[in-house]
Amino acid sequence: MTTTVYVSRDASACSLGAGEVASALATQARQRQLDVKLVRPGSRGLFWLEPLVEVDTVAGRVAYGPVAERDVASLLDADFLHGGTHPLSLGRTQDIPYLATQQRLTFARVGIIDPLSLADYCAHDGYRGLERALAMSGTDIVKTVTDSGLRGRGGAAFPTGIKWKTVLEQVTPRKFITCNADEGDSGTFADRMLMEGDPFSLIEGMTIAGIAVGATRGYIYLRIEYPHAHDVLREAIAIAYREGYLGHDVRGSGKQFDLEVRLGAGAYICGEETSMLESLEGKRGEVRVRPPLPAIKGLFGMPTIVNNVVTLTSVPVILHRGAEFYREYGMGRSRGTLPIQLAGNIKQGGLVERAFGVTLRELLYDYGGGSASGRPIRAVQVGGPLGAYIPQSQFDTPVDYEAFTAIDALLGHGGVVVFDDTVDMARMARFALEFCALESCGKCTPCRIGSTRGTEVIDRIVQGIDRERNLALLEELCETMLHGSLCGLGGLTPYPVRSALRHFAADFTGTSKH
Amino acid sequence: MKRTLDPAASEQIDAIIGRLKGEPGPLLLVLHAVQDALGHVPPAAVPVIAEGLNLSRAEVHGVVTFYHYFRDQPVGRHTVRICRAEACQSMNGEALVEHARRKLGIDFHQTTPGGEFSLEPVYCLGNCACSPAVMIDRELYGRVTPGKFEELLALWGRRS
Repeated sequence: MTTTVYVSRDASACSLGAGEVASALATQARQRQLDVKLVRPGSRGLFWLEPLVEVDTVAGRVAYGPVAERDVASLLDADFLHGGTHPLSLGRTQDIPYLATQQRLTFARVGIIDPLSLADYCAHDGYRGLERALAMSGTDIVKTVTDSGLRGRGGAAFPTGIKWKTVLEQVTPRKFITCNADEGDSGTFADRMLMEGDPFSLIEGMTIAGIAVGATRGYIYLRIEYPHAHDVLREAIAIAYREGYLGHDVRGSGKQFDLEVRLGAGAYICGEETSMLESLEGKRGEVRVRPPLPAIKGLFGMPTIVNNVVTLTSVPVILHRGAEFYREYGMGRSRGTLPIQLAGNIKQGGLVERAFGVTLRELLYDYGGGSASGRPIRAVQVGGPLGAYIPQSQFDTPVDYEAFTAIDALLGHGGVVVFDDTVDMARMARFALEFCALESCGKCTPCRIGSTRGTEVIDRIVQGIDRERNLALLEELCETMLHGSLCGLGGLTPYPVRSALRHFAADFTGTSKH
Repeated sequence: MKRTLDPAASEQIDAIIGRLKGEPGPLLLVLHAVQDALGHVPPAAVPVIAEGLNLSRAEVHGVVTFYHYFRDQPVGRHTVRICRAEACQSMNGEALVEHARRKLGIDFHQTTPGGEFSLEPVYCLGNCACSPAVMIDRELYGRVTPGKFEELLALWGRRS
C-alpha cells in the first residue's frame, strides 16, 4: 500500500532544508523498498517546526518536526510511515494548538493540498466560488462581495465591493484586473505562502473579479524577490489554461479571462497601487496623482481593479459560502478573518489566520510563545516599515482596523515584527526615514527631501544638539510628510517615527542603555 | 566602460526586442530578459532598446536606474542578497551584514576580486519568521548565523 508523505515546498520551509529532507526521504524510502508517495504542499505556517514532515495514517495526518536531513533514517526506523513514535513526533497536525485554534478561511487549503494539482484543489472546494459566480450577474457578484464586508487586505482596508462596483459601472472597451503581489513589507509573507501553497485560489479570485466587472485580462504584479512563487504561479496558470479555467471560454461560459504574471524589479514603492500600474506599463514606478482613481482610469488608461493577493484569494470562499457566512466572523467594521504573520524575534513565528478581534497579546504569547531570544518583548511593529511601533502597554489592542486607528497605528497587511528589550528605538525611527529616502520615487518633495532631512534631525537629537528645537522640528517635518505626501510612503513614514518618540522617548536622549 | 556591445550580446538583445516588442508596456519585460541573458543591462544596450521600442534613451535610462534590481555593471558568478529590513534587524541581521562584508572583503554593490560573489542589500525576502534571511542567486536561506553564512559561501564557491 502506498503511504503519502508531505514535505513543504514553501520557500521558507526550503530555506530551512525542506528540499534536502524531501530528497533524503525519497532516496532512503527507495533503498528500503518502501512504497512512498511524496507530496510537496505549501507550508502550514508553523515555521519553528519546519521542515515539517507529515504522513497520512488511519488516524489522519500525523506530523514530525523540525526534521533535519540526518533525522530521516531514524524516522524510517521508528516506522513513522505508520505514525510510529519518535522524539520529533507532534501528533496529529490538526491537533497542534497553534493550528487547532485558528479560523482558516483564506488559508483553508495551504499546507494541505498539492498546490499544482487541480484535482486536489477541486476536491477541497476549489472552483466552487467560480461555479456560483458563472451563474450570477455581475451586479450580484459585486453585491455579494460588498455584503461580505471584505476590505482590502493589502493595507488600505478599502471596501472591496465598492471598488469593484466602480469598475463595473464604467463603460469602456477594456477593463483590467490586477493583483498586487509586491509584498514588500518586512514581517509579511501571507501573499507568498498563498501563491506558493494555493495558486489556484488566486487564479479563481481574479477570474471571479473579471467576470463580475467585465474585464477579460488580468495581471499579477509579482516582486522579483519571490522566485519560488513565480515558478508555482506560472505552472498553475498553464494548467488552468489547459483545463479550460482560463482563456477565451472559461468553463464553457463563453466568457473570456486571460492572466499573466509580470515581475517587478526591486522597488518597494511599486506596492503602492498607482506606482504598480506605472511599473506594469513598463515605466518608472512613480506615483500618480489621484484622482482619477485606478477604478476609473487605471492600467493603460482603462478601469482597473487593484487588489492584494489575500483580498483576491478570499473571494472564492465568499462566493462559495455566501456573504453571510464570511461576515459572521470579525468585529465592528472589520469583517471576516485576517491572516496575521508573526515575525522577527518571536519563538513560534508563522501564520495565524483568525477572525478580527484577537488581541496582540494573544498573538504574541499564546501563539508566538514570547520572544525567540527569551528576553522580554519591548515593542512590536505592525503593518510593515510604515506601521507604528506599539509598546507593551497597548498589547491588549484587538486586531481591528478601527481599534488600531484609535491608537495611531495601522494594521496594514497584518505583519507583526517583534523586538526584544535590546532594541534601540531611536535607531529604528532613523531606519524608517532612511528606508523612505532609499525607496522614495522622488515625485513629491515631503517624501523625497523630508526623509533625508529627518534622519539628520534624529542624529542631532540623539547627539543632544539643540534638543528641544530639533524635537519640534522633527514633529513639524512629520506633520508635513503626513499631510503633504502624494502617497503612503511619505505619508505613513511618520507613524514609526512618532510612535517611537512617543512610547520610547528615553532612547532618544543618547544616554539610554539601549 | 565599454561603449559598444559585442556581436553576440547585440544579437541576443535584438532577438529579445523582436520577441517582446508587441507586448503591452514591454520595457520591463525587455530589461528582465536582457539582464537574465547578460547578467546586467550594459549602458550600450540603452540606445538599442530605446530605438527598438520607440522610446527615448532618457526613458530607458530612467527605468534602468529607477529599479534596484537592474544593474549596469557586470556582476559576480553568484549574487548574495542579505536582508536588512526590520524583521531581520530584530534577529541581529546587521551583525550578519558586518560579518558578510568582512568575510567577503567587499561592501554592498561590489564584487569579490575573483568574480565569485557580488553583495547586495535587499529589503525583505518574505522569510521573516526565519530571520535573518539571505538569498544566493535564487536560493533562499533562513536563520542564517555567521557560521552558517560561511558554510553557504563554501558551498556556493564549490558550485562555480
